[in-house]
Amino acid sequence: MLDGLRRASPVVELESVGVRYGQAWALRDVAAAFPAGAVGLLGPNGAGKSTMLRALLGLVVPDRGRMRVLGLDVATAPRRIRARVGYMPESDARFPNMNAVSFVAYAGQLSGLPAADAMQRAHEVLYYVGLGEARYRSIDQYSTGMKQRIKLAQALVHDPDLLFLDEPTNGMDPKGRDEMLELVRDIAHNKGMNLILSSHLLPDVEYTCDHVVVLDKGAVATAGPIDGLKGRGGRVFELRVKGDTPRLIAALEAADVSCHATDDDVMRVFVPEDRGAAFLCELAARHGMQVRHLRASVPTLEDVFARAVGEPVD
Amino acid sequence: MPIHDQGYRRYEGRRLPPGGAWWVVARTDLLAGMRSRMFVGLLLLAWLPFVVRVVQIYFSTSYADLPLVAVNARTFRTFIDQQWFFVFLVTISMAGAIADDRRVNALQLYLSRPLTRVEYLVGKLVPALVYLLGVTLAPALLLLVMQVAMSGSLSFLIENLFLVPAITLVCVVEALLWAFAIMALSAISKSRRFVAVTFAGVLFFTAAMSQALRAITGSRAWAAISPGDMIDVLADAAFRVGGRPPVPVPVAVVVIGALIGLSIWVLERQVRGVEVVR
Repeated sequence: MLDGLRRASPVVELESVGVRYGQAWALRDVAAAFPAGAVGLLGPNGAGKSTMLRALLGLVVPDRGRMRVLGLDVATAPRRIRARVGYMPESDARFPNMNAVSFVAYAGQLSGLPAADAMQRAHEVLYYVGLGEARYRSIDQYSTGMKQRIKLAQALVHDPDLLFLDEPTNGMDPKGRDEMLELVRDIAHNKGMNLILSSHLLPDVEYTCDHVVVLDKGAVATAGPIDGLKGRGGRVFELRVKGDTPRLIAALEAADVSCHATDDDVMRVFVPEDRGAAFLCELAARHGMQVRHLRASVPTLEDVFARAVGEPVD
Repeated sequence: MPIHDQGYRRYEGRRLPPGGAWWVVARTDLLAGMRSRMFVGLLLLAWLPFVVRVVQIYFSTSYADLPLVAVNARTFRTFIDQQWFFVFLVTISMAGAIADDRRVNALQLYLSRPLTRVEYLVGKLVPALVYLLGVTLAPALLLLVMQVAMSGSLSFLIENLFLVPAITLVCVVEALLWAFAIMALSAISKSRRFVAVTFAGVLFFTAAMSQALRAITGSRAWAAISPGDMIDVLADAAFRVGGRPPVPVPVAVVVIGALIGLSIWVLERQVRGVEVVR
């Protein structure tokens, strides 16, 4: 039954979409297809993630291109789309002068639920997101983490077919963040709801999503199943050398080997399948450098992201 | 059982077709107003002049030879004029209708749901119109009914049949003007206090300027800059009272129409799901 709720065709499709704010293009010629299931929308700040979600909801009108959500054209059927989509905005947002259950019930009514059903659903989703005991308190008294949960609750109350979650763990403490990610994972994998999780936090996306679309400077840098992207490009090594590191990086790039820096004093090097550790040792020796650390590693989403956005190595 | 396994179920119930969300907004705001004791007190107080007028009608129908209490078209015109104080207070009570939503970023939530900007605005306007008409049109029409009921005949109504459309026209136009104006001001601010003060300021400033310029220049045409004076011109013409108006009635209609149009333009520009800072 849960599989039947998923669509075989993409839930979201964008064709040559461009969104401009004044002279600046927030999205330029974006073409992407978001498959059913849990899809991460990754990108650094300012990449265009929130703009894309707002354009899909019709809150922002694109300057060009076409978009389809759940098979419906955003330009011609925005209201029908919004009836089937739940949106958790990044910024703090609520209805004034309401307690939690009134807020969520009101949101449900606005989405087309009869009043009695909306109230019942409000209680259910508030328990589901962990706010059951606090549901009669005014939202003004809520902590940041509680406000994030209630934003999720109002997005879920009308049982949407597709969820847009914009930075759902924003401002949450580590425990709250873990609980939120568990909720998101449960929604996507156990409750059979399609979702698009927009975040700049790679671990969040890696934990909850199966597919990823990476945006950079308003364009799609890469997209695909996370496992497939991580497995692409051969093998990954951690490398630290003593010597002229920039010269080694130039040599690696000349040999069609990409690398990026990490917070530690090592580089992560992506070597084609036909090359390995010996190739790296030989290259370093040829350029008069001493290898201090060389270890095979497991590809991560961070590697995919770094390669996609072309992060420079320090 | 983990907490997230409790309570969440897929919804299999009825979903209402799009197009009715404006009523959800309107009903919520109407009920919110009725929950405020001060506001309910104001609405009840607004009916006090009605009670006074009912007493006047009683005496005029019981003691026809008392000219001081005689009821005519001017009585109803004066009654609507006297309700202006309550119209003003009810209008500034609506100052937070959109401003409060902007302050807490609610527009993003509203417009990401299956309702259009027009539905949202209609939902916000309806309570304002209901309350404004509740202190003008409702008591004025009821006063007419009381006149007929207490006199025991329809003769007054038949002789003054124009009173029904006059009362309706003036009250509806007045309610529309002030409702749109306060909504437009509410849409450009996040502070209900600022909106209320600005509304009062603009109203009193234009009235004072109108008086001052009329005194300085001797031209009564300056009344056109005061929305309140334009409502008076329309009301005097509708009730067939008063002398020569300071401006022709079509000018008053155009001024009122332009103010409503300006308010609609402001609402169209300001009510959006996303604020874009250029």
